[in-house]
Amino acid sequence: MGIVEAILLTVITAATPLVIAALGELVTERSGVLNLGVEGMMIMGAACAFVATQLTGSPYIGILAGILSGALFSLLFGFLTLTLVANQVATGLALTILGLGVSGMIGEAYVGQSGEKLPQIVFPLLSDIPWLGPLLFKQDMIFYLSIALVIGVNWFLFKTRKGLMLRSVGDSHSSAHALGINVIRTRYLAVMFGGACAGLAGAQLSLVYTPQWVENMSAGRGWIALALVVFASWRPWRVVVGGYLFGAVSISQLHAQAFGIGIPSQFLSALPYLATVAVLIIISHNRRTTLINTPASLGKSFVPDR
Amino acid sequence: MRIELEKRPKVSVLFSIFSPFIALILTLIAGAIMFAMLGKDPGYALYSFFIEPLMEVWSLHELAIKAGPLILIAVGLSVCYRSNNWNIGAEGQFIMGAIAGSIIPVVFYEWQSPLVLPLMLVMGMLGGALFAGIPAFLKAHMNTNEILTSLMLVYVAQLFLDWLVRGPWRNPGGMNFPETRTFGAEAILPEMLASGRAHWGFAFAIIAAILVWLMMRFTLKGFEITVLGQSERAGRFAGFSSRKMIWFSMLLSGALAGLAGISEVSGAIQQLRPVISPGYGFTAIIVAFLGRLNPLGIVASGLVLALTYLGGEAAQLSLGVSDKVTRVFQGLLLFFVLSCDTLLHFKIRMVWADLNDTVKDTH
Amino acid sequence: MAGEQETVDGSLLAVDKLTKVFGTFAACDHIDLAIRTGEIHALLGENGAGKSTLVKMLFGVLAPTSGRILWQGQPVRIASPNAARKLGIGMVFQHFSLFEALTVAENIALSMDPGVSLAKISDEAASLSRSYGLPLDPKAHVADLSVGERQRIEIVRALLQNPQLIILDEPTSVLTPQEADRLFETLAKLKSEGRSVLYISHRLEEVQRICDRATVLRHGKVTGACDPRQETPASLARMMVGSDVAHVSAEGTGVRGDVLLEARNLSAAARTPFAVSLKHVCLKVRGGEVLAIAGVAGNGQSELFDALSGEYPVADASAIQLRQKPVGTLGINARRLIGSGFVPEERHGHAAVSALPLSDNLVLARSESDRKAFIGGGRLGIIRQDAVKRATKRICEVMDVRKSGEDPAAGSLSGGNLQKFIVGRELDRQPSVLVVNQPTWGVDAGAASRIRQALVDLAKSGSAVLVISQDLDEIFEVATEIAVINEGRLSDAYPAKELSREKIGLLMGGMHVGKQAESLDAH
Repeated sequence: MGIVEAILLTVITAATPLVIAALGELVTERSGVLNLGVEGMMIMGAACAFVATQLTGSPYIGILAGILSGALFSLLFGFLTLTLVANQVATGLALTILGLGVSGMIGEAYVGQSGEKLPQIVFPLLSDIPWLGPLLFKQDMIFYLSIALVIGVNWFLFKTRKGLMLRSVGDSHSSAHALGINVIRTRYLAVMFGGACAGLAGAQLSLVYTPQWVENMSAGRGWIALALVVFASWRPWRVVVGGYLFGAVSISQLHAQAFGIGIPSQFLSALPYLATVAVLIIISHNRRTTLINTPASLGKSFVPDR
Repeated sequence: MRIELEKRPKVSVLFSIFSPFIALILTLIAGAIMFAMLGKDPGYALYSFFIEPLMEVWSLHELAIKAGPLILIAVGLSVCYRSNNWNIGAEGQFIMGAIAGSIIPVVFYEWQSPLVLPLMLVMGMLGGALFAGIPAFLKAHMNTNEILTSLMLVYVAQLFLDWLVRGPWRNPGGMNFPETRTFGAEAILPEMLASGRAHWGFAFAIIAAILVWLMMRFTLKGFEITVLGQSERAGRFAGFSSRKMIWFSMLLSGALAGLAGISEVSGAIQQLRPVISPGYGFTAIIVAFLGRLNPLGIVASGLVLALTYLGGEAAQLSLGVSDKVTRVFQGLLLFFVLSCDTLLHFKIRMVWADLNDTVKDTH
Repeated sequence: MAGEQETVDGSLLAVDKLTKVFGTFAACDHIDLAIRTGEIHALLGENGAGKSTLVKMLFGVLAPTSGRILWQGQPVRIASPNAARKLGIGMVFQHFSLFEALTVAENIALSMDPGVSLAKISDEAASLSRSYGLPLDPKAHVADLSVGERQRIEIVRALLQNPQLIILDEPTSVLTPQEADRLFETLAKLKSEGRSVLYISHRLEEVQRICDRATVLRHGKVTGACDPRQETPASLARMMVGSDVAHVSAEGTGVRGDVLLEARNLSAAARTPFAVSLKHVCLKVRGGEVLAIAGVAGNGQSELFDALSGEYPVADASAIQLRQKPVGTLGINARRLIGSGFVPEERHGHAAVSALPLSDNLVLARSESDRKAFIGGGRLGIIRQDAVKRATKRICEVMDVRKSGEDPAAGSLSGGNLQKFIVGRELDRQPSVLVVNQPTWGVDAGAASRIRQALVDLAKSGSAVLVISQDLDEIFEVATEIAVINEGRLSDAYPAKELSREKIGLLMGGMHVGKQAESLDAH
């Protein structure tokens, strides 16, 4: 395997959690809910996936644990913001703070243990294709899941009736309610899907990216995923583009550090965060396009009158 | 079962006073359950977490040291949040304030003058304000979401500090430890009382809280903040500029976070290290909400949250539980505070059986 | 009980002692109503009489507290809009339940049975809309459509269900007179097919024109059931309002003074994708005049208000003149200092902050213009609560604002009372120019007549008053001059006495050049 392929592989590994978490958040936001707790759900997923893998020896059970923990954790957010109509911004922050604390407790006994890396699933024949084979057909399950998710979310949102209903709830919850669509239930499901995706993304971090548990190992990726949704203007395919761009930026800074190009490592490490800010500026300075693309009831609470 | 909300005709005065207390009690109950699950005696655990740190003079001083930055930052954040500007990067502004304020004692360490300390404090405020000015500029003029930008800049500030203390600002006589030289005597914020370590940072916090409270309560500026936070459009009708308010609230909160940063460094640590804050900037968000975004309430809630830090340290020693318990407590508290705030605006009803579930079509 | 049996038999839909209580407030209180097959039944009532609550119960959006709904004589429980549609009830909402970001076909699909493909829905919608004379493009995005077209989607969406009863909630409030006529034709066709229509309105002449029977609501109770053709507008109004409404007296207006408000070729680009741009608007209002600007909602009224008030100043200073001073680039407070007052359309979150008390809402509009009176402490800017409270009390007394408590939150007042306060807040300053957008939108008849009289009185005292309104009755009550806004263009102004409703309707529909309208008028 050549050096270019090796680099591309690491880019894919770095991009996959971003893509998955951003897709989940995209669905949540398309239903009109802004869940800023992605970072918290992600780190919960990472901790639970790692611990479950260590306990059972099966990274697949780890993946399940990651997904479940993310979904359950998001349920807490859903209860507060949807049932109790608490402020979505503040509740999202609470989710992140709580997630960092709880995951630290869960993972504490496992710090320093080397974990089980998620095995590769090799597609025979296809994986022999030069270049593309090893990149696309000799990967772990979570990578395949991420591809399936992109296709699935796109299909669901734009080709199915349920997806249409979800978009309608995000566009105008009062209209949707008047038509008899269950706004709260739709939003609960969307929030939980977002949570499950964030949990899966976390599982990727502790089972694939760096198979171990380190406190705060999500290192702001949840927030970057949130920015990616804005970058993608709420379209699934653009999430993939953005996710891989960010993956490339974070990997290139790692390689630059390894080569020792004379720039302090801290400055290179800051690159992904600065890139996020830069991208946000470019995307949002045009108020018109932002307004057109943003789900109209994003972040607004809904209380049905009875 | 289903929970239904019924809007109150007006905000409940009773609950606006009691909801933080209900949240506290719920947090304690949840904490007791958590300790029981960890196999600790919940009564003793809560005692050593929340009561023991209050029993001795020195630990009361520690409480003031921790509450100072929390209150200072949260008071600034309350102005932001009331005006609907979601600055969540106070941690970064805290760090940049500390860095800017440390320029004199670290770079110009030979200069000794009574002016050093006041200048440090001013530069700390400037540093925090300028750093908060970045998301303010981006929101006001580039329409960029301040939540994400202010948060991203926290990581940048942390890395910048890391670089400084390992690189250009590293103490030449410090055996290669990643820290700056210790501050000279004229650069150290003095203690308030002879009885312990608590420095003037706590007094700054109280003064800031009172001033901001007076502003919010009596002045047109406070009115402007409230109106723009409630409805940007009504603010525009009143002739208030939401753009100027973005600048005002972000710079104010940045300056207060910066002041907290330099006070912490100058008063408590007395040098720069790679990590100078146990997450004060984030915990202050909880402080602000627990204090119901009221500066006087924030003084009380800042003390409560400071107690969770102390209690965490104490519990680590006496119970052998992880210091992560502190974060969990803080997160739980914010959750309960937000849930209880629902009681202000709504009556909550449990509906046990859903009568209207089925369509009875009699045909 | 025999009487009840009588109404129930032969009725398509009957409502028996239907009650809906919100907290302690009974929005609908033992309502009885029966709709026969093949009739157009009017539901009359003022804002807040309980009409919308009643139809929401019929359509399954709200659950009744008590009482029965009978469909073809059988008691039914309508738990959801889907259940209502299954029974055969279709609904056209007043505030459209449409989704701006979706296409017409997608909007329709959302209320159809699952399993029907989008392509099939598009075809059916297209053919149905043709047969009822309601042309629609299924692929268009709702955001790009006019109000009239949006209503067509609602109607087609309801008709696709093949309903036996169609409920229309204030359908003509957003239409031009001509569009309303077209709607009435559609309703007549529905009636001829044997369908029933429940027609909700507060416009009496319409109801008299097209409805077979009427039920009148007031304060959540039925106050009368009648054949509207046997009644006079006055007797219907009395049933609605409960007493005679004071007539607005416009005597004495029209004494012309100087030009106090002028727009010279005022243009403004649309700020958002959903807004309208203003195109070369010219207008003049003299002291003593009330210029009313008619037009269908969404044709640039709020943009015109924003430009005139200075909430969004324009680039050209001379485009707007207040008392002969160029003010186009000035902000709202600078214009207030020149002696003008402004009343925006939206009460909550624009003219007032719902959560704040009335006294704070007084400061909202007058912190700069009455700085000497209300603000002390020099640069500190301390609000003089006592002075503000006194002024609040004065305004409430003058305008007869009914409120609970000394200084309640704005949100706790009824629409009419809050609007009286908001208008009174400006009148209290005796402004020489007053710009008002939709002064009585959603306001009860008593308050509306009070507000209209106040506007007329202000003009009589020599001020220039500009009223932007969709309500033609209101316009004819207060205006000395009338102009019409359409797609951001303003027609010439005509003396109110020279203009017929029909001509205004043509101008609303886009005949923005005066001569064209006249030539059409001549036919």
